[in-house]
Amino acid sequence: MERRVSNRGDTANRISRWTEFTIETVIRVVGFSSIGFVVLIFLFLLREGVPAFVRVQPGNLFGVRWYPTFGLFGTLPLLMGSLLVTVTAILIALPLGVLTAVFVREVAPGWAREILKPLIEVLAGIPSVVLGFFGMTLVAPLVRTVLNIPTGLSAFTGALILAYMALPTIISIAEDALDAVPKSYRDAGLAMGATQWQTIWRVVVPAARSGIVTAVMLGMGRAIGETMAVMMVTGNAARMPTTLDSLFRPVRTMTATIAAEMGEVAQGSTHYHVLFGVGILLFLITFAINLAAASTIFKKRRKGGLR
Amino acid sequence: MHRHRVQRVGFALLGLVSVIVVAPILAVIGVIVARGIGAINWEFITAMPREGMKAGGIFPAIVGTLVLTLGTAVVAIPLGVGGAVYLSEYARDTWLTRAIRLAIINLAGIPSVVYGLFGLGLFVLFLGFGTSILAGSLTLAIMTLPTIISAAEEALRAVPTEFRTVSASLGGTRWQGIRRIVLPQALPGIITGIILGLLRAAGETAPILFTVAAFYLASLPHSPFDQTMALPYHLYVISTQVPGMPLRVQYGTALVLLVFVLSLNLVATLVRRYYRRRREW
Repeated sequence: MERRVSNRGDTANRISRWTEFTIETVIRVVGFSSIGFVVLIFLFLLREGVPAFVRVQPGNLFGVRWYPTFGLFGTLPLLMGSLLVTVTAILIALPLGVLTAVFVREVAPGWAREILKPLIEVLAGIPSVVLGFFGMTLVAPLVRTVLNIPTGLSAFTGALILAYMALPTIISIAEDALDAVPKSYRDAGLAMGATQWQTIWRVVVPAARSGIVTAVMLGMGRAIGETMAVMMVTGNAARMPTTLDSLFRPVRTMTATIAAEMGEVAQGSTHYHVLFGVGILLFLITFAINLAAASTIFKKRRKGGLR
Repeated sequence: MHRHRVQRVGFALLGLVSVIVVAPILAVIGVIVARGIGAINWEFITAMPREGMKAGGIFPAIVGTLVLTLGTAVVAIPLGVGGAVYLSEYARDTWLTRAIRLAIINLAGIPSVVYGLFGLGLFVLFLGFGTSILAGSLTLAIMTLPTIISAAEEALRAVPTEFRTVSASLGGTRWQGIRRIVLPQALPGIITGIILGLLRAAGETAPILFTVAAFYLASLPHSPFDQTMALPYHLYVISTQVPGMPLRVQYGTALVLLVFVLSLNLVATLVRRYYRRRREW
């Protein structure tokens, strides 16, 4: 009798050990899958994109004229368009984001925080196509009348929308960075006779500097990869932004080009491969930005301290 | 005193900047609600489009978005939660673990349109799924993964180590401890993360452009290998590709999408709030 029970227990044990082993193996495999996906994404971009570099002369591919119907695949205007819109967006979002983070973390009374934080979260959740639609129907006409330019569908309008799309990222990471500054730093500042305002700008913000840089980098990564909103409000003219007033003219980004043209190209055509080539470029740019941002995150984690 | 006046002005300025940040958010929501509400009626929600999508309803787009979100959930939840369990419960601090974290950060940063290219290359063409719900859901799921992993891992790590120790001291194996103790405790945080990830997927347009989205379909999809319409793509189409589209229909579509996404957002917030208050540790 006793033996049988223990036997049954053994069997149950063996089975459960087997299930446990299987489950843990599955979890391990799943755990590694993220690496697999990044590699897979890059491989498939290469697979479809590399033929572009074979079929199109480098002089053409890195030229200044993007007229795919005439076999002109100059990606430089697209790259410049993306940079123009992204950099302008960050110039707008950086002060807004950092000041808001400082306000929320250091100054705002409880009730204001309760209103601000959920609203910023809501902004993060609004689909980019909705913001693009709003930008198209309302912001662009507004920009056109206020700045008195021929069309509101311009790089500037795109940058404006992008700035707001990057804000939730920038604010939340900058806020975390401010949060990580020990209270003793603030106390020390105040004890020296500095006002709270002086303490914020001379002690707290400098101490949170690296986190704020990370925030801006990730915001930038978000902005350069943004597609729908940008495509809907920038006017999509693939011309080199060479003069200063290019900011107030239509422009075309890398993301918008892929999104707008991929649906219409013949699969396997040169144009098709070039669009994947633009995808490779985008992948590499965001990869570099995120790598840089990640290295600051890791450094912070390893030191366990502030910077 | 002078510097105190500086401080007061400074604080006021910070408040003003915050208003500049927040006011447009309210404007977007306010305008879309005000202009879209007139379009919303039973027919708009439940009927097929008519007259070149200028009349009738947006039912197929709503169904499409629900189906895609569901498909994304089926793939992304097990992968995401499993990945999080691995990182929080099994992984040691090795170079491999660091590589995984790096991969997750990069997945989160890859532009949505690049996910679209990837989905086209792998699922639509290489694996031969065609432009289909299957291809679109898989693409969206991989895009959603980093959000779910990060949120779930954070929730798992928040469960005190003692819970695991006690479970082990009672003779439980590591997996038993995870399944019976740690996962249930972390569930609210995990659910919040899942919802936030899914609502992002539901609102995305670029990844579905070349993998699943259809301009117009006369009938609802029948199988995972069918194309489908979807709310975000539909909004893009009717606001840029179809001339003479009534603004009312555009705003109505935007409103439906916004309500769908924001109500998911609200659910996530409520789950988090409710359980944070009830938590005993």
